[in-house]
Amino acid sequence: MPGDLSPVISVRDLWKVFGPKAEAVPKSEELSALGRRELMDRTGCTAAVRDVSFDIAPGEVFVVMGLSGSGKSTLVRCLNRLIEPTSGTLTFEGEDLLAADAARLRELRRLKFSMVFQHFGLLPHRRVVENVAYGLEIRGMGKTERTKKAMEVIELVGLLGYEKSYPDQLSGGMQQRVGLARALAGDPDVLFFDEPFSALDPLIRRDMQNEVIRLHHEVGKTMVFITHDLSEALKLGDRILIMRDGKMIQTGTGDELVGAPADDYVRDFVSDVNRSHVLTLRWIMRPPRPDDPLDGPVLSRDVLVHEATRVVLDSDKPIRVMENGELLGVVGNEEILGVIAAVTEGS
Amino acid sequence: MAVLEAAKTTRPPAAPPAATPTGPVWAAHRGAVVAGVIAVWVVLWALLRNRFTLTLDTASTTDLHLRINDVRDSIDAGRNSNPLFLYVFNEIRLVIDALTNAISGLIAQPAFGRPVPLLGWLGVVAVVMFVAWALGNGRVSLLAGAVFVFFGLQGLWTQAMDTLALTLAAVLVSLLIGIPLGVWAGLSDRVNRVLTPVLDFMQTMPTFVYLAPLTLFFLIGPASAVIATLIYAAPPAIRITAHGIRSVAPATVEASVALGSTPRQTLFRVLLPVARRTIVLGINQTIMAALSMVTIAALIDAPGLGQNVLKALQTLDVGTAFNAGMSIVLMAIVLDRVTTAMSERVEVARLMTPQAIARRPYLLGAGAVATLVCVYLSYTFANYAVFPTPEGTSLGYIGDDIAGAADAVKDWAQSNLTFFTQTWKDVSTAWFLDPVEHLLVESPWFVVVAVAVVLSLVIGNVRAAVTTAVCLAVVIGTGLWSDTMTTLAAVLVATVLTVLIGVLVGVWMGRSRGADRAIRPVLDAAQVMPSFVYLIPFVALFGATRFTAIVAAVVYSAPIAIKLVADGIRNVSATTVEAALSAGTSTLQMIRKVQLPMAREALVLATNQGLIYVLSMVVIGGLIGAGALGYDVVAGFRQSTYFGKGLAAGLAIVMLGVMLDRVTQAASGRTGGAKRR
Ligand SMILES: Nc1ncnc2c1ncn2[C@@H]1O[C@H](COP(=O)(O)OP(=O)(O)OP(=O)(O)O)[C@@H](O)[C@H]1O
Ligand SMILES: [Mg+2]
Repeated sequence: MPGDLSPVISVRDLWKVFGPKAEAVPKSEELSALGRRELMDRTGCTAAVRDVSFDIAPGEVFVVMGLSGSGKSTLVRCLNRLIEPTSGTLTFEGEDLLAADAARLRELRRLKFSMVFQHFGLLPHRRVVENVAYGLEIRGMGKTERTKKAMEVIELVGLLGYEKSYPDQLSGGMQQRVGLARALAGDPDVLFFDEPFSALDPLIRRDMQNEVIRLHHEVGKTMVFITHDLSEALKLGDRILIMRDGKMIQTGTGDELVGAPADDYVRDFVSDVNRSHVLTLRWIMRPPRPDDPLDGPVLSRDVLVHEATRVVLDSDKPIRVMENGELLGVVGNEEILGVIAAVTEGS
Repeated sequence: MAVLEAAKTTRPPAAPPAATPTGPVWAAHRGAVVAGVIAVWVVLWALLRNRFTLTLDTASTTDLHLRINDVRDSIDAGRNSNPLFLYVFNEIRLVIDALTNAISGLIAQPAFGRPVPLLGWLGVVAVVMFVAWALGNGRVSLLAGAVFVFFGLQGLWTQAMDTLALTLAAVLVSLLIGIPLGVWAGLSDRVNRVLTPVLDFMQTMPTFVYLAPLTLFFLIGPASAVIATLIYAAPPAIRITAHGIRSVAPATVEASVALGSTPRQTLFRVLLPVARRTIVLGINQTIMAALSMVTIAALIDAPGLGQNVLKALQTLDVGTAFNAGMSIVLMAIVLDRVTTAMSERVEVARLMTPQAIARRPYLLGAGAVATLVCVYLSYTFANYAVFPTPEGTSLGYIGDDIAGAADAVKDWAQSNLTFFTQTWKDVSTAWFLDPVEHLLVESPWFVVVAVAVVLSLVIGNVRAAVTTAVCLAVVIGTGLWSDTMTTLAAVLVATVLTVLIGVLVGVWMGRSRGADRAIRPVLDAAQVMPSFVYLIPFVALFGATRFTAIVAAVVYSAPIAIKLVADGIRNVSATTVEAALSAGTSTLQMIRKVQLPMAREALVLATNQGLIYVLSMVVIGGLIGAGALGYDVVAGFRQSTYFGKGLAAGLAIVMLGVMLDRVTQAASGRTGGAKRR
């Protein structure tokens, strides 16, 4: 993870409270400790985002995950201030975002941020190419130039030949490609995705996920990706933030969440995944026992369980997990079967 | 298609139900309570008949009426000295007069030092056709051209242009005010909340009643006509524009903001273009409403076709009324078709081939040149300026024939159908209208008030009952209690008939796609017609009586009621119908036990809208012998001694409207609540 570079986005103690006298909630220790229902009863407020802090590194795909109503959309909209945070600090490339005035904010949105929406948000009265060029148009770019730029990104997202169509003549997947193209057209530094593929059917969703992975390889943008689909999160995310009722429950890589869930909520969340495809050997190795033969095959701790299965089951001795010549632990049939069995149990 | 109810029904259901889920005792036996109240009423009527009825002679006035006359006189006296008039009303009047005169001088009346308008008939026809073609399509352009030439042939060119000029002026002002307000209401919840009740009120008020007060401030003439029309025609534009802005997908707006649009850019590049089609529909409604009102404004001397209809109606000259009425209907059809084609233009433009798109500017250019040639000809040559009328005719080439034919039909009907029409009239009058009228007019006023308040409480809620009490108190204050009761009787009878027709036809349409397809265009067309022209055929058939006004009112308000019922029935979920069918429900059971109860809210809404339409028409019926409040209003226009009485009658009409509207709204809120429970 490129974690040691200085972060693109840095969020500290971020709160977003909806309702009357919202500012009072984060300030008061008593109110901020209340649960969702009590807070609603006491103050008529909803705390959609509660005391969230994280950093996003350049080029990272940062996924925010949680159930419906957990505050994901609110959080991501706070990051480009489509929603005004109630309190906390928000830094973008070292600049205090909350201090930005309307003009500066527009400039940032035009040049640095882009967003892709669940319901696409395309302009129905404009053709694909005019939709894609909209962001450039409002910056005041000339028609020829912005059309040329738009055509480039239309090609990039594989929509060539559809540039003259109107949005309602396209399938959902293609409409979202338009949304993606529109977001890419301005060549932003950061892309925000709010459940961009939830409205699409599974096959198209998979295509689009691969598309995002491909684009990430090609253009290398920082991405903040909202989803409630764990497999999507694991597939795309370098790191994943899990939210519940506005609070951040756990942040980590996919195997960290699956291997060491912070609580039952996270455990529940990850219970359905095929663990052998997520977990690496470091999550299941154990210290050698005195009677273990220590001359089995050697594997690295970052090998996925399902890749190691064949080797472990074929060997009559436990395999050794080594790093720099040092023995970290061993993995035997029991451990492997533990993971595999959990999968069959879960499904 | 122009549908006025779209504008009227976009308002949210009335105040939330005050009745609690458990409800008062009577809530469970609502029907029985209503029947009981009416029974008690009949008994009291029989006992106290013709006492405490607050009757006022047609020719008499009260102190209040005279005092209003005095107020008018003092206003008249201060018109050129009172600062409010000097700097506000007179200024408004001058601006609007200037606008109206400019448009009128362009197409209708001699102006700019010429003996004829700037554009002669040929020029107007050419411009109208060009505009219809450029903004709409070729078909509506031909239709418009044909209809406008027809006006000339009817011998009504000048009157038609007067009506058109006044309508255009009113529409211009309505849109100038309505669209920005609508956009504002679309953007701001607070503005929307403030505007909605005001618009509700403006739309429930029968058009008839604000003519007189307006003349007080803006004098008789075009300015008052335009402002009256504005009151009636601006609300649809405001409402529908706001609705269009609000219906733009939030994601689209959000996306625009996220890309860094300024609020202006979002408004002009996203909200307005996306809502364009809806806004054009609003313009269509505004134009139709304006035309309807401009014809009624003949009562305050607005020039145009309405004058012809009005004069002919007053002398029961059916032929002439028919000829002019036909022009009004044709004008309505053209305006409706052209604006509808405008709203479809976007989709049409989308389907054009690249070649067609490339050709279009040249075609438009050629059309513009041809139009300019026609304009020049009509500016220069008398024959193209004034529509030629053959010697020895009073109404142009075919006007006399149309009037003659209409008269012939009327004579034939009066000599051959009298048996049917007379019997029908007598039977319905004797069996329905008279009993209700007797009950209302001959009961002591306090009995009627008590009954009305109790019924409002039972059918509606406490708020409705309070409203009823207040409204009736004001009615008593106007000194026109007895006339109000007569009008109320007509309104109630007409409404019952309207709802009956609404249910019969509406259920049929709701259940059968074929029926819907066949009937709906007829209803749409009927709704486009200005209310004034409805009177003409019924005057021909039934002469000038109360009954005529009622029939006209029923026919006028049936389309909206039918449509609401049909939509209500259609909206009963298919699954429910299927489930009932699979349980072995017969057709009749299905209608009675499933579809009608589930469509109850639509029924109540149909009653509500029916009432409002009926009221406005019954009042106009004052012109043709319906008497009572409508007559008082008309008399107020004609004779200055009755001005105060007419104004008071207008107030009584408004009170009736508010009361009936609130009670039915409360009832619809209650059924909605019952359903949710
Ligand atoms: N404008 C608002 N006013 C009041 N409450 C709001 C507003 N927007 C969101 N909320 C509340 O904030 C909470 C979080 O909403 P949010 O839309 O961020 O959830 P989410 O995680 O994106 O859910 P979903 O997966 O359904 O999109 C919800 O309880 C919601 O009701
Ligand atoms: Mg969301």
